[in-house]
Amino acid sequence: MSNVSVDATESAHNENQPENNTRRRFLTVATSVVGGVGVVGAAVPFIASWNPSAKAKAAGADVEVDISGIEPGQLVRVMWRSKPVWIVRRTPEILEELGTHEDKLKDPNSEAEQQPTFAQNRFRSMKEEYLILVGICTHLGCSPQHLKDGAFEEVVEGVPDGFFCPCHGSKFDMAGRVFQNVPAPLNLVVPPYQFVDDNTVIIGSEAEVA
Amino acid sequence: MNAFLGWIEERIPLMRVANMHALQYPAPKNMNFWYVFGFLATIVLVNQIVTGIWLTMNFVPSSEGAFASVEYIMREIDYGWIIRYMHSTGASAFFIVVYLHMFRGMIYGSYQKPRELLWVFGMFIYLALMAEAFMGYVLPWGQMSYWGAQVIVSLFGAIPVVGPDLVIWLQGDYVISGATLNRFFALHVIALPLVIVILVFLHIIALHEVGSNNPDGIAIKHKKGSLPESEKTKYEIHEYYTSKYDIADDVLPFFPHIVLKDLVAFCVFLALFTYVLFFAPEMGGKFLEHPNFEIANPLKTPEHIFPVWYFTPFYAILKAVPDKLFGVLAMFGAIAALFALPWVDRGRVKSWRYRCGLHKVNLIVFAIVFVFLGYLGGTPQENWKIIASQIATVMYFGFFIALFLYSKNENTKPVPERISK
Repeated sequence: MSNVSVDATESAHNENQPENNTRRRFLTVATSVVGGVGVVGAAVPFIASWNPSAKAKAAGADVEVDISGIEPGQLVRVMWRSKPVWIVRRTPEILEELGTHEDKLKDPNSEAEQQPTFAQNRFRSMKEEYLILVGICTHLGCSPQHLKDGAFEEVVEGVPDGFFCPCHGSKFDMAGRVFQNVPAPLNLVVPPYQFVDDNTVIIGSEAEVA
Repeated sequence: MNAFLGWIEERIPLMRVANMHALQYPAPKNMNFWYVFGFLATIVLVNQIVTGIWLTMNFVPSSEGAFASVEYIMREIDYGWIIRYMHSTGASAFFIVVYLHMFRGMIYGSYQKPRELLWVFGMFIYLALMAEAFMGYVLPWGQMSYWGAQVIVSLFGAIPVVGPDLVIWLQGDYVISGATLNRFFALHVIALPLVIVILVFLHIIALHEVGSNNPDGIAIKHKKGSLPESEKTKYEIHEYYTSKYDIADDVLPFFPHIVLKDLVAFCVFLALFTYVLFFAPEMGGKFLEHPNFEIANPLKTPEHIFPVWYFTPFYAILKAVPDKLFGVLAMFGAIAALFALPWVDRGRVKSWRYRCGLHKVNLIVFAIVFVFLGYLGGTPQENWKIIASQIATVMYFGFFIALFLYSKNENTKPVPERISK
């Protein structure tokens, strides 16, 4: 009786062994893969919860500005990510000035990464006419004053327009480039922006490069 | 009493573990003062955990409340100041003892075969400790907390393609904000301490498996049956060790002999620690930087941004490289090189006592370069420092390159077979 049963199990064992192994391997791999997918799925909430919250996204959202009402030479301020952003409509005379005092600047060619690549030019802007800057001094974070129509001459001889920081006397030209021998180390920051049409600019994101 | 202990022993191996890892653990008897820093690091770890728990009781982890709650702890909680200073001084003390502990490992070759994993676990502890210290420094939400976090988090922005998105993900906002503070708090008080405690456990288990090294770098475990009875230790050593090896007459049981030596070091350490605690908790702006006594202000950058002193050697390497991405790579490379030390050193002789003169010079120069880099990274930028930090960075990596080259065919002195002979 016992012999019979031993034989039965042994033969069953022998017959099924190769097949069982393949099956077993398949089941092991399949279970591991499904389990792995489960782990990846379960990780999603934990990783995604580190993204900016809806509140943070709302506070950091892009700002759309209508620029049709800005007079030549005028500066308007908008808030973006709780920082003041300046939009200046520069006159042709102001644009001409920019080339005349480059020997007095620390970084006339905007080599330090203080601007998106589209603004790495003399005008530090996408459209020459419109200067868009974060209005915070790169020294200690004060907001510089806009001195225009010759008022800046008192600060830098021969340069009629510019920005002057009242806190520690840093000076910037009408492209936000910093002058030499002032405490601010870098040019003013140009935020990312894009023009939707001639009258509307979106501050906070660049157009996707096609 | 014995019956009670017996009752426990049948249910949990209390005495077996105590015997194996302390009372009957064979420690080389020539361990010198360099061998106290592991013990001291454990003490500091306990200090950090205990004072940390107490600080959590009054700390408010939010950008609105953090700075004020730290002031509240300092000024209005009974003995709050001492608990906070124990925690902040403990952080610096941790790095002092860990750096000495690591240098000990380097001069006596404690990273060499068979202690590679022991060294790697130690390096992971060091890495976790750096993350822990960095996040802890952000919590008081002072100016240096904020701007230090800004600098460190923006390092990840240097990674090509994913960098900028990674930074936003790490911050949980477009700038360092309350969201960043809250997650750093969670990591600082729960996640990383757990990781560190587990790593310390693994470090000690790995140590006891391979056995402690010693200033002569001589093995105290010998092949079973190779030692005559007269040369075996007379102390009672746990059978876990004696069943596999002959333990030479070069050892002492860890408890009480080594522990007593460690306690002397503990007293010296306490004298120094309490001196700093009571008379110089800010250490002239090195342990707690002055701008951090001002609340975080995203619109106002401090004149100079430095990490705390224990990061400054790596910060100097970062600044030495003119390119941001390569600077970041060089900085992480400096840490990775330490990880690779067991494989960089191809020598067979462990202790510098029996290695070539060049090795001694190399180690001492490395230590000096490391301290010098720390000075460069922790003081305002000047023109001469740029070139100096570049030279020092090259010398830092030069240590590993030189070691790799000369360790292959090194002129070593004969190593004694036994510590006592």
